[in-house]
Amino acid sequence: MQLFPCPFCGPRDETEFHYGGDAGNARPDGAEVPTDRWAGYLYLRGNPKGTAREIWVHMNCGEFFVMERDTVTHKVLSSTALGGEHTA
Amino acid sequence: MTRRYSALSLFKEGLAGQTGWKQAWRSPEPKPTYDAIVIGGGGHGLATAYYLANNHGITRVAVLEKGWIGGGNTGRNTTVVRSNYYYPESVELYGLAHRLYEGLSKDLNYNVMLSQRGMVNLCHSTAEMEIGARTVNAMQINGIDAELFSPDDVRRVAPIYNFSPDARFPVFGGIWQGRAGTARHDAVAWGYARAASRLGVDIIQNCEITDFIVEGGRCRGVQTTRGAIRAERIGMAVAGHSSVLAAKAGFRLPINSYALQACVSEPVKPILDTVVLSPGCGVYVSQSDKGEIVIGGGLDRIPSYAQRGNLPTLESVIAGVLEMFPIFGQLKLMRQWAGIVDVVPDSSPIIGPSPLPNLFLNCGWGTGGFKAIPAGGALLANLLATGKHNDISRPFDLDRFAAGRLIDEAAGSGIAH
Ligand SMILES: Cc1cc2nc3c(=O)[nH]c(=O)nc-3n(C[C@H](O)[C@H](O)[C@H](O)COP(=O)(O)OP(=O)(O)OC[C@H]3O[C@@H](n4cnc5c(N)ncnc54)[C@H](O)[C@@H]3O)c2cc1C
Ligand SMILES: [Zn+2]
Repeated sequence: MQLFPCPFCGPRDETEFHYGGDAGNARPDGAEVPTDRWAGYLYLRGNPKGTAREIWVHMNCGEFFVMERDTVTHKVLSSTALGGEHTA
Repeated sequence: MTRRYSALSLFKEGLAGQTGWKQAWRSPEPKPTYDAIVIGGGGHGLATAYYLANNHGITRVAVLEKGWIGGGNTGRNTTVVRSNYYYPESVELYGLAHRLYEGLSKDLNYNVMLSQRGMVNLCHSTAEMEIGARTVNAMQINGIDAELFSPDDVRRVAPIYNFSPDARFPVFGGIWQGRAGTARHDAVAWGYARAASRLGVDIIQNCEITDFIVEGGRCRGVQTTRGAIRAERIGMAVAGHSSVLAAKAGFRLPINSYALQACVSEPVKPILDTVVLSPGCGVYVSQSDKGEIVIGGGLDRIPSYAQRGNLPTLESVIAGVLEMFPIFGQLKLMRQWAGIVDVVPDSSPIIGPSPLPNLFLNCGWGTGGFKAIPAGGALLANLLATGKHNDISRPFDLDRFAAGRLIDEAAGSGIAH
């Protein structure tokens, strides 16, 4: 069992968290977005082996945040609220 | 020297003290150039090489594997073979694989121990029964064998299921495919390797692809831990590591890598002679020829390249097994392991050209590509030989994501994603 750091609640059981996708995958804006840009946003993923920046939600408090994590060792490198004001 | 397997060769080798068996496949040094390179020595890669040589007469082929053949998901899966999918595109694909599996031991002269003991997907409510009926109808219309099971039918094939009145997941019926079953996973890899090697294919283990050779905007070969190797057609079937190689080739894929776990109990006497899947319990179970209870479940909860699996998922899988079969509460678990699988948003594979010309993809099989090995191999071989899709692989092209033509088989995959 691993503990993940919620920037708001501190270290909590991994089962309280839900994975939400790549951090920095901004939704395309505007009326003239080309199809492949939409497809890239919706489907393409970096899926790195090693350090990954990901969006997570702590289901107990409902807050979304960015967690930097090693996908091979599962070591957590950092955990920051989306606005950046809370760091665990 | 005994090369072919037969009752007679077994008998002769018995008399000769088993001393005449030939190595099943050659281990040559890599050559500097080939007509085609296949990256990844799992079932799909080895089958691709075999069909390149056998169906297309292209024998100057190398299979490059970073570890040992079958050491990835092909040797780690729970060996279920079935074709109970929903959409016509999937039926063509998995139906082809299923038919090829039925003749595979003979084609390869290697016993892959296909055991068509049948499989039931349980329904635990009237709503699930309605979905079950819809699935069975779709399968029958598409020419796949399927039957809607009543609770009594389920009781007949799996009498040890928890039928007690207070069961948390009571049986309302199920989806039955009689031709489904299991096959020996290592034998599938070894059988293809042996057959491909005999046709001239070089199988090169301990050879990791570290980069691609790109000239004039086309892929012209690969850099490996055993030097540069060139070819004009390169196929890649590396399952959970597809994104890693795609990054080296300069593109991204609609894939997340997750660990998928399995475990087996100590061997016991025959008690379960079919495959039972319960979506409610998030578990599927069969008994191996050795007597072990083979247990599989859903994906791990976090994207991962850690080939070991995490505890919360294993706990919920075991809890599910005990709901289904309280009698298994006495069993001891012998082993647990995981493989890294490549999960695609519509739970269907990606087969086709990659964004880098000359490089072709066979990936995205996720939790269910063992059953598809003969078809995945045949289709990638066809792409490498002709440079073009045929009717079966076309719908699985990478362009389906931009075109919005997804083939959403999340239900066909049977377990939670
Ligand atoms: C626990 C578990 C249970 C499963 N159960 C079932 C089931 O019951 N039925 C079913 O149909 N499917 C099942 N699957 C899925 C199935 O195992 C896979 O879809 C299938 O084996 C994929 O085959 P493959 O040949 O594409 O990949 P693999 O067998 O994983 O082969 C890919 C190979 O590529 C190699 N490779 C990676 N990177 C490189 C590199 N840079 N250079 C060289 N080589 C490289 C790897 O070492 C590996 O050997 C299960 C999977 C798991 C993990
Ligand atoms: Zn929190």
